Amino acid sequence: MSTLLRFCDVWVEYGDRIIIEKLNLDIEEGSFVSIVGPSGAGKSSFLRLILGQEGPSQGKILMDGTPLTPECGPDRGVVFQRYSVFPHLTALRNTTLGLECEKAPLLGRLFGSARRAAEEEATAMLTAVGLGHSLDLYPAHLSGGMQQRLAIAQALVKRPRILLLDEPFGALDPGIRADMHALILRLWREYSLTIVMVTHDIREAFTLGTRVLALDKRRHDPHAPHRFGATVVYDLPMRERAEPAPEQLENITIDVIGNN
Amino acid sequence: MRWVNRHVGRGGRLFLGATPILLLVLVYIVMAASRHAVNPADKILPLPGAMAESMSALLFQPDQLTGQLVFWADTLASLQRLGIGLGISTLMALMVGLALGVLPPVRATFGPLVTGIAVIPPIALLPILFIALGLGETAKVALIVVGIAPVMIRDITAHVAALPTEQIIKAQTLGASSWQVMIRVALPQAMPRLLQAMRLALGPAWVFLISAEAIASDVGLGYRIFLVRRYLSMDVILPYVAWIALLAILIDVALTFLSRRLFPWAHGASH
Repeated sequence: MSTLLRFCDVWVEYGDRIIIEKLNLDIEEGSFVSIVGPSGAGKSSFLRLILGQEGPSQGKILMDGTPLTPECGPDRGVVFQRYSVFPHLTALRNTTLGLECEKAPLLGRLFGSARRAAEEEATAMLTAVGLGHSLDLYPAHLSGGMQQRLAIAQALVKRPRILLLDEPFGALDPGIRADMHALILRLWREYSLTIVMVTHDIREAFTLGTRVLALDKRRHDPHAPHRFGATVVYDLPMRERAEPAPEQLENITIDVIGNN
Repeated sequence: MRWVNRHVGRGGRLFLGATPILLLVLVYIVMAASRHAVNPADKILPLPGAMAESMSALLFQPDQLTGQLVFWADTLASLQRLGIGLGISTLMALMVGLALGVLPPVRATFGPLVTGIAVIPPIALLPILFIALGLGETAKVALIVVGIAPVMIRDITAHVAALPTEQIIKAQTLGASSWQVMIRVALPQAMPRLLQAMRLALGPAWVFLISAEAIASDVGLGYRIFLVRRYLSMDVILPYVAWIALLAILIDVALTFLSRRLFPWAHGASH
């Protein structure tokens, strides 16, 4: 598999506070990378780097060999723990938004056949995440799990090169979380996604990821805790999971009707 | 049962809400009657009959000078000024508020200016407006705009700027430009707040309208109140004040209804 994302000696500093130091990393296309680590170890900064929300202080990040611009773009989709969906749009409108922005730069809206085509594509994507019956509901009427499904559909409809998940299932209860794990694995396989997921849940990191990265500080000065930044301290390749383990599938309740 | 748990039904609310108002009316009538018992020509607390009599003249008989029905001409003139003033302010709040809220460079450039204008007491600007714009309609509308627009702009700016960063980031990962973030993400979410800001601005707007009309005008609800004050005509002033209150309530209810109707997502019960 080819390298999608390459970190070359990346540092992130805020003033004299060093968040990430000397990060060298390659992320392969098609991999599912879980990021774990204690609070304050730069997990979020790492995600923001890939997302383009901020740029590295030193070093560079290459995507397909070209440097990333420090600005968010449609090639990198994201699902946050909360606030990923737009409360003023129905599920369908939330999902068509990405298609409309691309094709209608001035109005941000499509009409006629272009609109129907976008709606069809969005409906297919919503059905794939199990929201086929909730097209016209506003996010306020969707449960937490359904909102995250919507956020995933919204991101995937843009066919991003890489999907970033920032503790996407952290606010869900365990049963629904298991359903979401099954869903994200299925989508990852079906759409050949590259996923980078930050999580607090070690179990989740190991069950989902093909590779687990632990971020932490290598050195620690108790008198100046901000003087050293975090980097990858463990890089654990998990077994390839191109095929689902059959016994594992049976254990997971797949939410067919999508009512959670 | 604790008072915090005593919820009042629909009928009960109507009854409880009407009681103090009716009591107040009753107290007024008793006081007016007792004054009239001493002095039948009393003008300070007129009886309802006297009010109805003088109001019917204003309501139904054309003015000898202008040939207009005074009450309706006043109402129309005032509502027109209020509507234009409120409309311009709302439009300004929406456009300027959006730009200030979404675009940090614009906020850095014009934020202090808006704050500066907002802290000037608008009535202090009234002489300037009269000198610059004359005594016509423009100055009165301008006073309303100067009075309420900055507050509304700041409100919308703050609301838009407080949208979760995640939403703005998400929109960008969906390919939205600054313009598209403004019209597809910020604008629709600012709309319910805009109606809310209109409702809150309505009170000050009336204050500025009545002030402007009291100082220089020849028609309008405020003008009439200040005109008949010279003759101690409480029988006109009180119904006019009640009418202004009724108009304000009607506009407020209409805005609330509009908000619920147009933006159900902003009022829906959330999970």
